[in-house]
Amino acid sequence: MAGAKNHDYHILDPDIWPLVGALSGLTFTSGMVLFMHEMTGGHLVLGLGLAGLIAAFFGWFSKVVNEAQRGDHTPVVQLHMRYGMILFIASEVMFFVGWFWSWFDFALFPAPLEVVDGVTFNRLGQDGAAALQQFPAKGIEVLDAFDLPLLNTLILLCSGTTVTWAHHSLIHGDREGLKKGLWLTVLLGALFTCIQAYEYGHAPFAFGQNTYGSAFYMATGFHGFHVLVGTIFLIVCLVRAYKGHFTPKQHFGFEAAAWYWHFVDVVWLFLFVVVYVWGGWGAPIH
Amino acid sequence: MATTAEGFDAHHEDHAHHDADHKPGFFARWFMSTNHKDIGTLYLIFAIIAGVIGGGISGLMRWELAEPGLQVMGQVVEFLGGEGTFDQQGHMWNVLITAHGLIMVFFMVMPAMIGGFGNWFVPLMIGAPDMAFPRMNNISFWLTVAGFLSLMFSAFVPGGVGPGAGVGWTVYAPLSTYGAQGPAVDFAIFSLHLAGAGSILGATNFITTIFNMRAPGMTLHKMPLFVWSVLVTAFLLLLALPVLAAAITMLLTDRNFGTTFFDPAGGGDPILYQHLFWFFGHPEVYIMILPGFGMISQIVATFSRKPVFGYLGMAYAMVAIGVVGFIVWAHHMYTVGLDVNTKMYFTAATMVIAVPTGIKIFSWIATMWGGSIEFKSPMVWALGFIFLFTVGGVTGVVLANGGVDDNLHDTYYVVAHFHYVLSLGAVTAMFAGWYYWFPKMFGRWHSEFLAHLQFWIFFVGVNMIFFPMHFLGLQGMARRYPDYTPAFEQWNHIASLGYVVTLVSVAVFFINIVYAFVAGRKPEGNYWGEGATTLEWSLSSPPPFHQFETLPVIQDHHSSDDHISPAPAKG
Repeated sequence: MAGAKNHDYHILDPDIWPLVGALSGLTFTSGMVLFMHEMTGGHLVLGLGLAGLIAAFFGWFSKVVNEAQRGDHTPVVQLHMRYGMILFIASEVMFFVGWFWSWFDFALFPAPLEVVDGVTFNRLGQDGAAALQQFPAKGIEVLDAFDLPLLNTLILLCSGTTVTWAHHSLIHGDREGLKKGLWLTVLLGALFTCIQAYEYGHAPFAFGQNTYGSAFYMATGFHGFHVLVGTIFLIVCLVRAYKGHFTPKQHFGFEAAAWYWHFVDVVWLFLFVVVYVWGGWGAPIH
Repeated sequence: MATTAEGFDAHHEDHAHHDADHKPGFFARWFMSTNHKDIGTLYLIFAIIAGVIGGGISGLMRWELAEPGLQVMGQVVEFLGGEGTFDQQGHMWNVLITAHGLIMVFFMVMPAMIGGFGNWFVPLMIGAPDMAFPRMNNISFWLTVAGFLSLMFSAFVPGGVGPGAGVGWTVYAPLSTYGAQGPAVDFAIFSLHLAGAGSILGATNFITTIFNMRAPGMTLHKMPLFVWSVLVTAFLLLLALPVLAAAITMLLTDRNFGTTFFDPAGGGDPILYQHLFWFFGHPEVYIMILPGFGMISQIVATFSRKPVFGYLGMAYAMVAIGVVGFIVWAHHMYTVGLDVNTKMYFTAATMVIAVPTGIKIFSWIATMWGGSIEFKSPMVWALGFIFLFTVGGVTGVVLANGGVDDNLHDTYYVVAHFHYVLSLGAVTAMFAGWYYWFPKMFGRWHSEFLAHLQFWIFFVGVNMIFFPMHFLGLQGMARRYPDYTPAFEQWNHIASLGYVVTLVSVAVFFINIVYAFVAGRKPEGNYWGEGATTLEWSLSSPPPFHQFETLPVIQDHHSSDDHISPAPAKG
């Protein structure tokens, strides 16, 4: 449709994927409601919505990749994508601000809680309540920050260097280095996720029940979800690397994945310092 | 500068005749759209539908409040199949005020201002062929629709003693956590997730478009003020909405998965929810008004035939409002037990916002000073805006005082205040923009007579509704109740009569649309004449399906005002 245009912007043909994506989103959230309230059809609707979302992401991004391969992404269109990705990451930062906000609220203004045999009691107004104003609450055992969390920190930092290795290889035309670097990054990301899953399985405190368990799992859980998304993003880049996509001059799909990966890495550093080290300071270690 | 429009049209005929006006088929055009003007139109239609529903709910509320006692809620509950117990009537009231607030904020004002006018006119005003991410533009719209549908679902499923989410638009815990059983509140929360995701994507789209797609020669300091307003608004959306997303996700897990973010039994803090909500909520109220500021600037300049007074001051006043808007949130929470120093800070910071806002009000007045003013309908609406918004702004300065607010918090004084800035401010700005651009968007003239008539009926009606609420609030009438002591009857009765008057003005609005499409004349490219100088006036009305296939070049003959002439201005 854009035959006579005298500019470098990207004028797109009509596309069904946005509508599919939005309706799948609605189906997914509705399925979540049914599922959470144990109503009939919850799993079905949830599954349908999830399938639709995956299809929409796949269909949509396939089109974008094809357009990139076709040469539709002129320098100014690539610049758009850079802006778009930076702004998206900025909004993600603000999302984590919300979780850190709740963490700091609970840690700096602790309620007089006591956890006895896994049951949380709020001793507000009772004798000795003032002495219980600590975070994590009395009776909570925490994970040793300098055990697996430190290892995970090193893994993520290391993956930050391997993705940079891949990037430099790509810039210098070394396709093998690109693939190796990406493979390593993906494997390190997967290793991180496995260790997180292992640690969740062995954590001495439950999900929910008190502020520590709530804020810990939601903050680190959303980070874990972002690691998963970032890993998928990198796997897509790896597949594209094998297909011969990306040139030393034009490879924004790769750069976006790398930016996202660094963002996930930085969030983890804050989580490590604020949640694991400072947040568990003074509490008995499991 | 109708001549510039000719210059462009001629150009367009020469080169792009075959492509520029080729439109896809019906389904592809309206359900798969990647065209900023079509998506803008979709947003406007959606906002009108949502506005009618939200406004209809106001009607039920004003009907109930017309006299003391409960008279309407029982009928509404029975109509929806309930027994009509006292609790169910109270719940129904809560559902109605919640739906009214959420619909008007998220599904009427925001889609109309940013989605509708923003989509239509940001690319036109900066000389761009479309938005930076046309496909993402489409999902922004459909996510808004999805959010609206989720909110509608919530009305038909259990939400406590009756169907629907009765938690207020602020969704405060603990009412929204263990105070409201049933899936209705979850549907309402997901409604905000969906609409919020759409708005965040829209915000990235607008920022990218404005930074990267300005026509050659259009520096940021030559950008029309409406574009500036959308730019600031988009940043507020981008940075505020994710915090709301986190907060309402905490609500969800508190409700369904046993977390205790807002539950003191597990050490949580209901006030934390209020902080997170208002960290979003305060920027949100500027999100709703800033695009209106931008439109009023264009309109006042156009009909005064003068560049806007103090262009840079106007632009940076909006930036200042946006920045300061992030650090005043706790003035919504003066009565929760903040310590006095915190209240002093938030009082002072809130009052600071009156400075850039004052700059805007006085600059609009200074723009008119010595201008050759034409009282066309958009100008009349804009003047109405300046008056009504100033009234709302002045009561805002009153409420900014932590000490005063101890008395006025959650009274009708607050209701009067925020309706003066929103339903009289933002909505008046939207009607001003509607009549300013209606012929440009739809290629038909509305009736100027009906537009003026609508303004005067609307002006009388909304003032009748909301001005007495100041008195009711000062007398101590609390908001969010369906009943009140007979002492408040007189002013409430007048307010409800005002609703009927306003309803007539809405009827005139729709009659005007019908008139335009049945009998409206075809407008020229620049139908407002000499005062209208931004780039959309260089195009035909309506503009071609794809405009600016050759980018306009902005010449440097006006250095720092928002009057811009496209380059091929021959003759």
